[in-house]
Amino acid sequence: MAQRPTDNIGKYLHNFPGGLKLRHHKALSCCKPLPARYLPLSTEYCIPVSQHLGQPAEVVVSVGQQVKKGQALSTPGKTGNAPGAFVHAPTSGEITAIEKRPVPHPSGLNSLCIVLQPDGKDRWVELEPVDDYRKLDCDELIQRVQAAGIVGLGGAVFPTDIKLQGTSCLINTLILNGVECEPYISCDETLMKQAPGKIIEGALILCHVFKIEKVIIAIEDPMDVCNLELEQSISEFNAGDCVEVIRVPMLYPEGGERQLIQVLSGHEVPAGQLPISLGILVQNVATVAAIRDAVIDGIPLIERLVTVTGAGIREPQNVHARIGTPIADLVDFCGGYTAGIARLVMGGPLMGLGLRNDQLPIIKASNCVLALTHADITSTQPEMPCINCGNCVSVCPAGLLPQTLQTVIRAENFEALESLNLDACIECGCCDYVCPSHIPLVDYFRYGKGEQRAQAKEKQESDIARLRFERREQRLEKQQAERLARHQRRKRALAGSSSKKDSVAAAIARAKARKQVLAANQPDTNSETGKGENS
Amino acid sequence: MNFSRGFNNMGSPHLPPENTVGKIMLQVLLALLPGIAAMTWFFGAGILIQIALSVLFAVSLEWAMLKLHGKPVRLFLSDYSAVITAILFALCIPPLAPWWISLIGMIAAIVVAKHLYGGLGQNVFNPAMVAYVVVLIAFPLELTRWLPPRGLAEAELLPGLLQSLQTIFSGHLPVNLSWDAITQATPLDLLKDGVEQNRMISEIRRAPVFGNYGGRGWEWIANFYALGGIWLIWRRVISWHIPVAIIASVIILTLPAWLYDPSSNPIPLEHIFSGALVLGAFFIATDPVTGCASRRGKLIFGLGVALLTLTIRLWGGYPDGVAFAVLLMNMFAPLIDRYTRPRAYGKPR
Amino acid sequence: MTAAVIILTLLALIFGLALGYAAIRFRIEGNPVADEIEAILPQTQCAQCGYPGCRPYAEAIAAEEAEINRCPPGGEAGIKQLAELLGKDIIPLDADVGIEKALPEVAIIHEDVCIGCTKCIQACPVDAILGAAKQMHTVIATECTGCELCIPPCPVDCIDMIPTKIDITNWHWGKPIPITTISEIADTRGEEVA
Repeated sequence: MAQRPTDNIGKYLHNFPGGLKLRHHKALSCCKPLPARYLPLSTEYCIPVSQHLGQPAEVVVSVGQQVKKGQALSTPGKTGNAPGAFVHAPTSGEITAIEKRPVPHPSGLNSLCIVLQPDGKDRWVELEPVDDYRKLDCDELIQRVQAAGIVGLGGAVFPTDIKLQGTSCLINTLILNGVECEPYISCDETLMKQAPGKIIEGALILCHVFKIEKVIIAIEDPMDVCNLELEQSISEFNAGDCVEVIRVPMLYPEGGERQLIQVLSGHEVPAGQLPISLGILVQNVATVAAIRDAVIDGIPLIERLVTVTGAGIREPQNVHARIGTPIADLVDFCGGYTAGIARLVMGGPLMGLGLRNDQLPIIKASNCVLALTHADITSTQPEMPCINCGNCVSVCPAGLLPQTLQTVIRAENFEALESLNLDACIECGCCDYVCPSHIPLVDYFRYGKGEQRAQAKEKQESDIARLRFERREQRLEKQQAERLARHQRRKRALAGSSSKKDSVAAAIARAKARKQVLAANQPDTNSETGKGENS
Repeated sequence: MNFSRGFNNMGSPHLPPENTVGKIMLQVLLALLPGIAAMTWFFGAGILIQIALSVLFAVSLEWAMLKLHGKPVRLFLSDYSAVITAILFALCIPPLAPWWISLIGMIAAIVVAKHLYGGLGQNVFNPAMVAYVVVLIAFPLELTRWLPPRGLAEAELLPGLLQSLQTIFSGHLPVNLSWDAITQATPLDLLKDGVEQNRMISEIRRAPVFGNYGGRGWEWIANFYALGGIWLIWRRVISWHIPVAIIASVIILTLPAWLYDPSSNPIPLEHIFSGALVLGAFFIATDPVTGCASRRGKLIFGLGVALLTLTIRLWGGYPDGVAFAVLLMNMFAPLIDRYTRPRAYGKPR
Repeated sequence: MTAAVIILTLLALIFGLALGYAAIRFRIEGNPVADEIEAILPQTQCAQCGYPGCRPYAEAIAAEEAEINRCPPGGEAGIKQLAELLGKDIIPLDADVGIEKALPEVAIIHEDVCIGCTKCIQACPVDAILGAAKQMHTVIATECTGCELCIPPCPVDCIDMIPTKIDITNWHWGKPIPITTISEIADTRGEEVA
């Protein structure tokens, strides 16, 4: 049998091109306190319905309805085959509104949210624990994961059930991503220290169900104590023969799925394909812990560990926050802002999302609330022309030419972007961070990507419009020709028939002909006005 | 308790870059200092006067051009790019060259090569080398008046600071000196003439301007340039690719000829440690704007510079060819960049 | 002299044959210029250019019978692309044919007013209106090109154009605004907004 890309995985560490060594600022918040504290109940929770990639979900509750903690509020939409995920009530209480509200999104636009007023009792809905996960099969597991609304908690929030679907028997290696390569964020490290058992058990569940041979827990080099905690937990579960902890050197953006695979296996995931094509499944450690909770205890994903940190926060720490909690409540819990606060970010400093205000809710993707001060974010130089220094090229983990891309996008030459592989850009921000001319490169790339997508969509729409126009023209021509033919036939018949008998026969023949024409036309016209026409 | 705060939301990343164009150029300036000191030691204070003159002209012209273009003057003056251009040019011309050589050179560099092409970041050709080539072709006489390095008997005659000033501004030497008495052919001149006259290398090298492995004085100046250059590489201001490619290519290309016939081919070290090769390798060919950005591109760029320099030295009309080689490779840089694009992650080549 | 004549004749013969062969071997079917022009046109089929659709307009441009500035839906960007393709100068949109809309629009039928006359169905160039005689009509929003051809025939004036909404699903990042002075950095990067 040919060698599989995963055969030597983890044996040697490889390099990925580019990357940055950053000051990681994790000591600010990491494991302070351990275990992390739970946030008290807020006065209101606002749960966005579509927190994940894909179709908006279908709301299954109504205004005024009393719900219990863990009750499903919306289900994945049935429209189309795009992925969606369940969302659940973070506590018991009354649904006070289902309306469009601001959500953490770069556009600042509103999106459908379910607003929940807690009754303070925090009563659980009836949970369905499983006694022995070994009895579960693939489909049951996926179904439970879906019902728990689990999405990738590393930040990409791709619905986990979709990721698991169709992977059975194809994967032989599970990589648990504990590499929090972005500065400041420490929620995964905190989780690995306070609940390593959950992670190992979750991994064992996936191993059992998907017949995975090998599990690699990748952690960053400086996370030293983690190592011990995880090892101890592995021996408690007697999983030493299949689970291995590997420390990878600290280099941003090593925590990216594709970069991590490259580091561990030396292989690249081919463009347009998923890691499954290499026989690898990558899951964030927090996601796996959530899978464990969902499978064994039946607990849906209604809370997550959030790092609240940065020089703009008085008491940086990790907290357990329910999905839908206003960010301001987290900040208050951590002692409030310091005087120099200048920017609030959801996520890390390199890929995080700048927030317009702190009334936005925590969503499943919120791994970090980062408050940066003037000193952190003030640039020392305005934007200057590119001097082609090549720093961006040497740090790009995707092997792109950021400086060329930038000039092409500035010139709005969007057609050239494809040959420059803009789609391979992961927006990690490395190029931006090393640019001596302070060019907002990632901003340009996001703009270029957006335009590229919009143009592709426009092209597709115009192609459909052209096709429909052409079909219509053909149809009209055909009808015209038929009408003409009919007219001539009738004329001829009238001229040729003198007796009454003849005219009757002619009328019958005409009716017959019309019927035939109609019958021939019918399916045609139907399909042409139908909506589901494909191009 | 629940007060709402608004923030400005810009796109990520939220940390501004630490590096600036000014910082890069300032480090290049610092790295040039040992070389400048060595040059002054060997060739006298004329070097410093030339640097001062060129910098003065360059900054004034830069200021005028920025004003004309309506660009922010302070910002672009504080990037020090004009200063670097001026110093690199001043290091290439003879120490007692008349003042208008700098002026004409800087007009060619700052006005023509830089701002007519669109200013910082837009120029196709290395401004310092454009300036040098313009004056070299236009004023060959003034540009060949190199002085004897310290340590040679003739060097005792060299004018001091005041006399140098006087010479540079008046164009005439002090009464007791003549150009013939103090002008000295550079090692590369001698080598070229000697080889053309079919003399043995060992015989040519007996001339006093030759040092241990390069030209007398020149070899030490080159060492100090290399010192600054290595510091730049260590600081990651420049990458190692271009200097290494140039020096390695020169060695690889000249070694076989020397091994084959040492009597008519100079030792590779002679090529490296005479003339402007080390300065070119570390400070001129590494100009980012006019060079290549990708690693492979830089290696090819360096190889090209080495190849062209040797071609001009051996078969061309000028004793040294670094300036022409750099300018010719500048033309190819975009093409090289185009064909050395790195492979994107997960994409086939 | 004779040799030269013979050589030149032979050369002429060889090149002639080569050209003749190439003309047959690499012959292009159809009208490639019109195809390329049509690919740029937005396919709204609105006929604002004065031709009964995008294809006829493309053919007219290819035949140099029409200017490239008669397509309001394509707008400035479209004119620019056409100018690049055909090597012509960029000219402003002809004001007589209409103005470029800021946002793409789709038609909507006020269904309580519609009397089911089918006139709009006949007018729609892309069959994007559903309905039958005496039945209420509706616009298939995803197929509507926003050509406005259905509006004039409507006897009860029940069709409106509404701009397509920008929401979270179709929003994308705009072009970055360059920061040129230090004071601007303080304004946009440092200061608190609200």
